[in-house]
Amino acid sequence: MSKDKTIANPSRRRFLVVGAAASGALIVGWRAASAQATLPYLGARIEPASLGAFVRIEKTGEAIIGARGCEIGQGVKTSLPMLIAEELDVDWNRVRVEQLPYGYIDTEKGPGLKYGDQGAGGSTSIPTAWKDLRQAGAVARWLLLVAASAKLNLPAGQLHTESGNVIAPDGTKLSYGELVDAASKLDPPTEPRALKKPEEFKVVGKPTPTVDAREIVTGQTQYGIDAYLAEALVAVVARSPWIDGEIASLDDAEARKVSGVKDVVRIAGPKPGDVFDGVLVNGVAVLATSTWAALKGREKLKIEWKPGPFADESTEALRKQADELLRPANADKSIVVRRDGDVDKARKTARKTIEARYSVPFLAHATMEPPAALIHVEKDKVLLVASLQDPDGASEVINAVTGVPRAKIEIRMTRAGGGFGRRLKNDYIAEAALIAKQTDKPVKLLWTRDDDLRHDFYRPFCVFQMAASLDRKNEISAWSARCAATPRNHRDKGMKDRPLWNGTLAPDDFPAGLVPNFDLSLLPLTSGQPRGWWRAPVSNATAFAVQSFIDEVAVALKQDPLALRLKLLGEPRELPYKGHGGPVFDTGRMAAVLNAAAERISWKRKLDKDRGLGIAGHFTFGGYAAHALEVSAIDGNVVVHRSVCAIDVGHVVNPLGLEAQVIGGTIDGLSTALNLGITLKDGKVQQSNFGDYPLLRMGQAPVDVEVVIVDSGKEPSGAGEMALPSALPALTNAIYAAAQVRIRELPIGDQLRKIL
Amino acid sequence: MQTTPAHPAKPPAAPTASKADDEKAVALRINGRPYSFDGDDTMPLLWYLRDVLRLTGTKFGCGIGACGACTVLVDGKAQRACLMPMKALAKREVTTIEGLANGELHPVQQAWIEIDVPQCGYCQAGQIIAAADLLKRTPNPNDDDIGRISNLCRCGTYPRIRKAIKRAAEITKERAAHEGGKS
Repeated sequence: MSKDKTIANPSRRRFLVVGAAASGALIVGWRAASAQATLPYLGARIEPASLGAFVRIEKTGEAIIGARGCEIGQGVKTSLPMLIAEELDVDWNRVRVEQLPYGYIDTEKGPGLKYGDQGAGGSTSIPTAWKDLRQAGAVARWLLLVAASAKLNLPAGQLHTESGNVIAPDGTKLSYGELVDAASKLDPPTEPRALKKPEEFKVVGKPTPTVDAREIVTGQTQYGIDAYLAEALVAVVARSPWIDGEIASLDDAEARKVSGVKDVVRIAGPKPGDVFDGVLVNGVAVLATSTWAALKGREKLKIEWKPGPFADESTEALRKQADELLRPANADKSIVVRRDGDVDKARKTARKTIEARYSVPFLAHATMEPPAALIHVEKDKVLLVASLQDPDGASEVINAVTGVPRAKIEIRMTRAGGGFGRRLKNDYIAEAALIAKQTDKPVKLLWTRDDDLRHDFYRPFCVFQMAASLDRKNEISAWSARCAATPRNHRDKGMKDRPLWNGTLAPDDFPAGLVPNFDLSLLPLTSGQPRGWWRAPVSNATAFAVQSFIDEVAVALKQDPLALRLKLLGEPRELPYKGHGGPVFDTGRMAAVLNAAAERISWKRKLDKDRGLGIAGHFTFGGYAAHALEVSAIDGNVVVHRSVCAIDVGHVVNPLGLEAQVIGGTIDGLSTALNLGITLKDGKVQQSNFGDYPLLRMGQAPVDVEVVIVDSGKEPSGAGEMALPSALPALTNAIYAAAQVRIRELPIGDQLRKIL
Repeated sequence: MQTTPAHPAKPPAAPTASKADDEKAVALRINGRPYSFDGDDTMPLLWYLRDVLRLTGTKFGCGIGACGACTVLVDGKAQRACLMPMKALAKREVTTIEGLANGELHPVQQAWIEIDVPQCGYCQAGQIIAAADLLKRTPNPNDDDIGRISNLCRCGTYPRIRKAIKRAAEITKERAAHEGGKS
């Protein structure tokens, strides 16, 4: 064991630490800055397991890189280690990637995270890692250089590294493995090391396949749902079909008679009206020795529910509520999100004002791997194995439910069978913990598909009333969007200090700042349904309304829809953007992706009869995407003949991964636009499985999605969400071009078949 | 770095065929090995594979045969394991994703890696089994043939699945040519 040495990383308030493992390997990792006072530092022995180890170099020269993120299919288990490998200067082929567990650490100042941010949300993994993770690789490389310098008796400045070797001017090569011993005894640098310039990149920017591909295709990969513990009981839960519904009576006699059923326990949801920060609704859990027994037992439960205050809720009633609120007489109920100039005044002097109303439904996440968790709650410690997006939140809810200190809660994140924002809520973890508290056995909680679709945190239901006024020069003089929506900010502890519109609308979204008079406001609808983050939150709804409406304005003005967009964007410049993805919105980058998509699909060409081209672009979380689609809608059957997405997410870490995200985001958008919606009747969700929540199948999806990567070389933005929002309006705009039918309500469903 | 497996406990030893004489027991073969099942024979194969044998490569997605995440080969034909009760499996041969590779990766598995198909990967075992089934019936599938695979992918990997199936058809031919060349 060597000395534990640290350097300050002033921007992140963490310290890089250097040490040696029992094997003699060099370890470079992090420790929370605030931990410094309480942890033995210089001169103390350290246990490798307590290090936030990102890099381990074995004496054999093998580099093991820790993947800190939650892998939900967005590729971070590959792309984050690539950033480290780049700075370390090792051959990617000789790197082994290992998933890191959740790295909670107690510090004097409160909870600390020894690996930094491990959550997956808002497409932040890459931009965060771009700033902080590369340094871990750079420090390890620096230590190896210094060790080589001593060994060769040459100044470090005369040495360089290449593919896991330090090379001297005379060609002498020392492999990293040979240098590990000496490097691990060195003091770390006192300042962050300089990082490579993009033109020096050898790993970053190269198409790199998924590190887990072989394990996945041979069925070896462990997802949360695949975790088993000896003695664990399988739990399935019968949940209240109504939010704030209560158990009026429970008869579990028949359920308990099912062979394999061991126990039936109640789990309590929040108090009526209280925040959804734990279990979502009241329920009854059946615990059994097998999944099949638990499912059979659940069927035998006789529960009478007291439906609670939302038993009358329906999608139809929500629509009426929205229609009523959107009447001009209710304008005073608007919550202003952004207001520039005077829309009313501009409207009075306008040559013409165009109006249209768009609506989008509640959406479920429908991750292929439904919520599940394996948890073992003991008196003074907890083990959780699960597919997560927010391990920090999982740690908090387990602590809240069990009282076990967070430092004693071990969380192992597995590869997750999709996320899409569903796993940013840890209700299923709270549920598992609450059940496990009532038995001395480990608990393996499983949600079935109907559990999943009926008890989700839905994308908000929104109705947008759009208006654009045209002045005498046919310029857009005023733009207003009044949105009647079930606000995302609802019974959410983490959002209580934010404005009500936060999570539903974004004040600086296009065309804010590009028209002189601009209004964006929220009219809150009342609904009991929980709402959550759904891939490309806010944008997944607003892009449809805005990018459809701009098309309608173009039609009214007899202008080309692409030309109108480009004209509005104007000269390339940066506009202030306050929300997530800011601080600026670059009109030039937006125009560039629109042009790139248009060029690829040959926007100006003459089309076959019955075909139409549609275009749309949107800025999401710092990334710019534009879709151009060619479709037909003969007899109402929508066929996407070509789909192009041009994307600018700044510097590209893994082009192969980016392409996958763009293909996936596009298909997700098309699937959602065509068929998906959660509806309510008698206070209950009506959908229950893939029969009535029909994700797009292969035969319905475009054969290919053509991806045009526009590399602006700007700071990377992440890429998991950007390619979804503009796919929906590009589709409906293309349908209009093909069949002159304007879709204003999603999903498209059988609307076209009824008309055409 | 701590390297702890996600599975804290070892799966139980696979039941042997010792109860094969039992009239009620269901004798079947899975990935070439004999098994005998004498539990509730209305239980779908999916839960036998997962809960009992810990062959967790076969996934639960919907429980109604709609998504195909649980697709396995039964007597060489793609079937939804979530709909197939154990009693229907007497004397049948089941191949799961874990048993698809025969010494070397199945051409479909190889192609899946080459084309980098998986995103989250959860549905891919079912997709691969469905593709293997398709290629057995239709060695040179066109886009319509491929489009009839009804397995769902929430990540939208369909375009790469299409490419990978075409690549797998090539690999199959390359291997056959190689074998032919050897003999």
